[in-house]
Amino acid sequence: MNTNSNTYTFLYASVMVLIVAAVLSFTALQLKPRQNKNREIEKKQDILKAVGVTSTPADAEKLYDQYIVKAFTVSAEGNVKSEDKEEAFKVDLKKEGSKDLKERNLPVFVFNKEGVGEKMILPVRGKGMWGPIWGYISMEKDGNTIFGATFAHKGETPGLGAEIATPAFQDQFVGKQIFDESGKFTSIILVKGTAKGNPHQFDAVSGGTVTSKGFEAMLLDNLGSYEKFLKSSK
Amino acid sequence: MSDKEPLFSAKNRKLLTNPLGSDNPITVQVLGICSALAVTAKLEPAIVLSISVMAVLALANVIVSLLRNTIPSRIRIIVQLVVVAALVILVDQILKAFAYDVSKQLSVFVGLIITNCIIMGRLEAFALGNRPWPAFLDGIGNAAGYGLILVIVAFFRELLGSGTLYGYKVIPDAVYAMGYDNNGLMILPPMALVVVGIIIWVQRSKDKSLIESN
Repeated sequence: MNTNSNTYTFLYASVMVLIVAAVLSFTALQLKPRQNKNREIEKKQDILKAVGVTSTPADAEKLYDQYIVKAFTVSAEGNVKSEDKEEAFKVDLKKEGSKDLKERNLPVFVFNKEGVGEKMILPVRGKGMWGPIWGYISMEKDGNTIFGATFAHKGETPGLGAEIATPAFQDQFVGKQIFDESGKFTSIILVKGTAKGNPHQFDAVSGGTVTSKGFEAMLLDNLGSYEKFLKSSK
Repeated sequence: MSDKEPLFSAKNRKLLTNPLGSDNPITVQVLGICSALAVTAKLEPAIVLSISVMAVLALANVIVSLLRNTIPSRIRIIVQLVVVAALVILVDQILKAFAYDVSKQLSVFVGLIITNCIIMGRLEAFALGNRPWPAFLDGIGNAAGYGLILVIVAFFRELLGSGTLYGYKVIPDAVYAMGYDNNGLMILPPMALVVVGIIIWVQRSKDKSLIESN
């Protein structure tokens, strides 16, 4: 057969594309439920991690049900919108972030464990250098001091921007405060290497300037939308 | 090729060992430099990427080698690209469903594999003209040679740039107390190029036959 004729080339390309498309869509459809389940479990693990509870994919759901005593959504005005735990879990932050501040559903997860006490966990989501970055920040009951934090990213540069997902970066947020002495919302501001000891600043990732700036904007925007809720819960 | 040739004949063994030294994809063929710059700031991503490249390259080599007599030569690059892209997506989907933690670590690397020049280079230069088994060995060998350089570069960059190895601290605090500082330049991409350059220099001064004559 002449493998260089036009007819053969066209046929070859068409058949190849059809086969590859069929194989890929079949795999994607078959694996989708498992992948979604994995994502849900990961989300539960992340929420727990923000309060320092480490879990494995196997026990994450059990621990989540046990320690997250309630979850609800609030409006930017600080009023509770829905008390449904499942609904708060399912809020899509990407969609909420593109809405007007007034219309956003802001999820709050309440953690309670004997010996640790009650903490509020707030999700955050923003833009890194290559894609979305997100995380969970747990607050003390005063609605001001950070108790713990965990962050993740879709595809920041390994060794640079991706460092936001390491304990070394995340641990520096413990004890930081998002309101200043006079009660004004300040968020936490990015500095280079000198944040230690200052409750309103965090250290940028070296070599990850774009990610760090996006991170700072994420904190300002997300924590800012909880401002009224946090003030009223003090 | 006669069917009696042993699986690991001297010729086939060379397919595995040559890319580690005198025919190294990065330092001699100068392929795949881009990812060598991107992922070698730390040792762990460098190792994970090397393993993923090995899986994709070996499989793609075998598939292209099986198809080699049917591929129309005018669209062969596109066919190779489709094979590689489909494999990478498959691997990514399967990892997301069955090994979620690994897939999170790989993150952007999966995409980087498609753009890795070594893969297209080996498909074009070897798999298109050889039987599946030698093509498979060639894939494993070249990916290993690639991984070797990545690990060497990442070793020096992580050690000198962050003072850690595989995420563990190796330079004691006492050394820092004496005034030692991590070299921030090491974490930035240009230093990967410099380290690769030094490796090429060392290799060529040891093996004079690699030096091109003008």
